[in-house]
Amino acid sequence: MDLREKSRQLLESGDVKAVIGYEQGTMGARRPAFVKKAEKADRLVFDEACAQNLATYLTRPEIRKLGRVAITARPDTLRAILQLMAERQVKEENVLALAGDGTVELASAQAIEEHLATSAKELPARDREILERLSKMDRAQRWAFWQGELSRCVKCYACRNSCPMCYCGHCTMDCNRPQWVPVASHALGNLEYHMVRAMHLAGRCVECGDCGRACPVGIPIHLLTFNCEESVHHQFGQRAGASSKLDYALSTFRPDDKETFIR
Amino acid sequence: MADNFFLPQASLDTLFAALAKDGRRILAPTDRDGRTELNPVDKPADVAKDYLQTILSAKEAAFPKVERLMSFTTGSKSVDLVDAEPHALPTVLFGVRPCEASGFRALDAVFNWDTRDRFFNARMEALAVIGVACTRKDDACFCTSVGGGPGSTAGSDILLTPVDGGFLAEVLTEKGKAMAALAPEAFKADPGLEKKVVDVPVAFDQPGLTRRLKDRFEDGIWVEQSLRCVGCGACAYVCPTCVCFDIVEESDAKGGHRLRTWDSCGGHMFTLHASGHNPRETQAQRWRQRVYHKFSYYPERYDMLGCVGCGKCTRACPVDMNLQEHLAEAAQA
Repeated sequence: MDLREKSRQLLESGDVKAVIGYEQGTMGARRPAFVKKAEKADRLVFDEACAQNLATYLTRPEIRKLGRVAITARPDTLRAILQLMAERQVKEENVLALAGDGTVELASAQAIEEHLATSAKELPARDREILERLSKMDRAQRWAFWQGELSRCVKCYACRNSCPMCYCGHCTMDCNRPQWVPVASHALGNLEYHMVRAMHLAGRCVECGDCGRACPVGIPIHLLTFNCEESVHHQFGQRAGASSKLDYALSTFRPDDKETFIR
Repeated sequence: MADNFFLPQASLDTLFAALAKDGRRILAPTDRDGRTELNPVDKPADVAKDYLQTILSAKEAAFPKVERLMSFTTGSKSVDLVDAEPHALPTVLFGVRPCEASGFRALDAVFNWDTRDRFFNARMEALAVIGVACTRKDDACFCTSVGGGPGSTAGSDILLTPVDGGFLAEVLTEKGKAMAALAPEAFKADPGLEKKVVDVPVAFDQPGLTRRLKDRFEDGIWVEQSLRCVGCGACAYVCPTCVCFDIVEESDAKGGHRLRTWDSCGGHMFTLHASGHNPRETQAQRWRQRVYHKFSYYPERYDMLGCVGCGKCTRACPVDMNLQEHLAEAAQA
């Protein structure tokens, strides 16, 4: 059995209302596909070129109202699903993850956790290399690097809108009474936006890199959230997307916290 | 009628030097950190090699992502308003593709619709375009489906088409003649050069699409096409003809500035009313608006299209909302 056959079965039996997967896109790219009818399942592909984290669609109103959906999931997608469950954005009974080659059914948070436990999270080699290069820079050099990169930002919010963890219906960036962050994509507006986003994702980023992939002007913006996430991991031994139970390092109080100021 | 010349590759240095001596800034595609971007250059060697297009469009030169419209200071009993002056440096846009060169017309339609926009017009007056015709394309390109072409002269003051050893130079406008006159020695007599550009096949019937849109407003096609759209503004911000802007104020107790910034109809707050009502509540309605604005409302209001077929939106889209493909689908019965 392959993914297409599996999808047909799931749709025909009424087990799921739609399969969120990938299809062939332009210029060799893979893109999200939403299959609601069994006879359309032949569009689906699931291979190495499938990069986007489809979990971002699980919190969309158009998808939520469908009911239970199946979703072809790479490890990053599975982590995002667990984190969304932990943050009570996705109900366990509404998602069926199709992992591995797309035929491995993971119907519960526990099944996803067990599946993920078999493979350790590793940053892509290219990202690890840039992060190492950045960590060797002094503050002034790093500042110059990010100033150069962020000067390219046009505030299209492709990074935010692609991120599975950026599901807020009303983002702080869109608040205009009061206006917390400047709308304009000038130096201050860009810097504030990306700092807020990085801090908001620290401890929640599943390191899929979709924000960086989405950026039309090629800013490696995922490195900011990756670095914050790695810090949280280093300091607190936690990783976002490891469990469906919320144990969020930056907002959980414990009487035995290692930081004395909080007690 | 164009005056044709042969511009040898080596003469580009002469032309660039003459333009700089005349006090003009030259903006051209550059290859910086692996990205093709429009930047100020000094010499032809700074211009990107073998580029297809820049990521962002040439509209930046006339309609920047942020522009100050005015400033104000608040006293105890008064407010002083100070008009901002357009930051319109004499500029030559070099190496712009014909699709983008023709895009300024669509911006002009809005910025001079009733009120003549001071900022846009000042920048356009100071701007001259030396386009370079296309000898390469990719799957996102569809200029010929929307009335353009890889060798189209529309919007360029001089259009260069690569030929052996240099360019065929078509000097098209008064601005073009003025630039050519700065370096007459660079422009040699045309030995009868053949203008050879890349072939871009027509992908869909555009007049048919525009007619078809009249009865497709409530069609389910927009819901289906937009399911994967994440609602960011990448398509609008890279677009050479997307002209929507937001006006915001940044101020403190002592005063502030009024700024104009790019805006996008894909954003969920774009048409949100103060009452809380939003006539375009769903992404499907916003996607439909994007298509209709360019292919129905623009032809209706300005007798032109709001799309030049450059394909930038398709290349920039994080989820591959391929415009050409969607238009072709919408054009079908």
